Amino acid sequence: MTLRPLFQRSLLAIALGAGLAGPVQAAERELLNSSYDIARELFSAINPEFIAHWQESQGEEVAVSQSHGGSSAQARAIMQGLRADVVTYNQVTDVQVLADEGLVAEEWQQAFDNNASPYYSTTAFLVRKDNPKGIESWDDLAREDVRLVFPNPKTSGNGRYTYLAAWGFADQHFDGDEEQIRDFMRTFLRNVTVFDTGGRGATTSFIERGLGDVLISFESEVNNIRGEYGSDDYEVIVPPISILAEFPVAVVEPNAERNGTLDLAQAYVEYLYSEEAQRTLAGFNYRVHHEAVVEEFADLFPETELLRVEDIFGGWDQAMETHFGSGGLLDQLQRR
Amino acid sequence: MSTRALPFAIGSAPKRVLPGFGLSLGVSLLFISLVLLLPMTGLFGQLAGLSLAEYWAIISDGRVVASYTVTIGAAAVAALVNGAFGLLLAWVLVRYEFPGKRLLDALMDLPFALPTAVAGITLATLYSSNGWMGRLLEPLGLQVAYTWVGIALAMAFTSIPFVVRTVQPVLEDLPVEVDEAALTLGANDGTAFRRVILPHLWPALVTGTGLAFVRSLGEFGAIIFIAGNMPYETEITALMIFVRLQEYDYAGASAIASVVLFVSLALLLAINIWQGRFIKRLHGGGG
Repeated sequence: MTLRPLFQRSLLAIALGAGLAGPVQAAERELLNSSYDIARELFSAINPEFIAHWQESQGEEVAVSQSHGGSSAQARAIMQGLRADVVTYNQVTDVQVLADEGLVAEEWQQAFDNNASPYYSTTAFLVRKDNPKGIESWDDLAREDVRLVFPNPKTSGNGRYTYLAAWGFADQHFDGDEEQIRDFMRTFLRNVTVFDTGGRGATTSFIERGLGDVLISFESEVNNIRGEYGSDDYEVIVPPISILAEFPVAVVEPNAERNGTLDLAQAYVEYLYSEEAQRTLAGFNYRVHHEAVVEEFADLFPETELLRVEDIFGGWDQAMETHFGSGGLLDQLQRR
Repeated sequence: MSTRALPFAIGSAPKRVLPGFGLSLGVSLLFISLVLLLPMTGLFGQLAGLSLAEYWAIISDGRVVASYTVTIGAAAVAALVNGAFGLLLAWVLVRYEFPGKRLLDALMDLPFALPTAVAGITLATLYSSNGWMGRLLEPLGLQVAYTWVGIALAMAFTSIPFVVRTVQPVLEDLPVEVDEAALTLGANDGTAFRRVILPHLWPALVTGTGLAFVRSLGEFGAIIFIAGNMPYETEITALMIFVRLQEYDYAGASAIASVVLFVSLALLLAINIWQGRFIKRLHGGGG
């Protein structure tokens, strides 16, 4: 008799509590995706699709917010306490830095398909109308009469890909002869007319300031530029050999756990591999893996031999150390 | 007796007209500690991880040394040009009345108010070979954007208010009668300026020019867009620091930053000492 009302009341309290907590928590769930600088438009297209997808499959309303910046700076921000749940970067090294700090699983590249890279791109050229200098491949870029624009490999992941692609080409072209490769790279680097700190800066120099004959950047970026600034004024050249640029993704587990968004973060990354998201990605000129989508967009992406950083340079850590570190090969090649 | 005692009673704290010395000094010290000393300590904390040999290797690297030359050279040119034109601007603003004077006066602060990156992009747009100014200057063989000249230009733009705003109040305090007295005593215009007006302005002018120089040493945003950033030619020291940060090399970045800091501090200190002596000579030495 005396126990029953108490029991009933506690049941009521639990029910009330759950009832109150339930909807509040649902409305509060928010995912923060820390991403690279030029992905703004891309993720403002993907996020609403994911939110709709999650609403449909789980019946829960969530929000996804974005943070953009140079991806090294973004990784630094997370190391210094930014509570992002998911990272979507354009450099393997920047996720690796987080893994070294224990913020991302050690085996993060095995956590998702294709080295945890739901989409990829390569390095391509943008030249002026009718390709007046007749640029076809990397050896044209080391010619006396050609001026180049690409971001500084020291400050930009985009620039590092360009450098490594040129090196990879020379490595094949000269059959691994180190002396000839270095000569080629020296001329190639000397042909640069301005070293901007990032990809968008290089684009401005090439388009708005009219500097240089060739802009070297991600294939996705040069296609977007051509779409934006007029397909009549510029041409995209995809060289027969270039480098594989992966766009690594990972769940920042300690943060997601603290934010109570682990399942959501996991689902978000998985969603990037779905047909719907892959179609959106292809629409932004990124190369994707989903077979149906690949077929659909086959015309957009010419076949080209894509070199892997792991195969030629022994992985990113190795490449960073031998080529881009202080006193590394890049410094030596630019030394006077 | 009582009339003599009174000044002594007040005289125990002769300079405190307003109360609250303890509080204001405390707040000042706290503010200085938080805003100035704490970040500086952080900087030197980063340096602690380096041995002397490592420190030296970083700051004496050929490319970094080239960046000092570029930065200091361009900053010196910018500061001297600003010294001359800043004096002229201050003179015009104080001594003449003309329509639009207030507007010009307000415009002087624009470089402070404008985000420096905006200034840099605007200058690069103007002076690149297809920009308004670049189109005029390039046929004359003068390339500004993506050269050393562009760096000096960006520095001059961001630091001109330092000269104008330090010289202006001193000039305002110098009555026109002083010039007139010099002229009536037989000095010609040049002599009056050189012997009478300039000595009064010297300390302010040197301080302003020094501040402009120091400000230019650290400028990043405005320069980076117009510099071209070619190794050994147009790379500034601030970019070298930025590159080290990109490499997660905080110690290296701090090492290079400390060089800039020491140069700035040494210069500011030198100006302060010189100024003290100069003023003593001006007011006391002549008898």
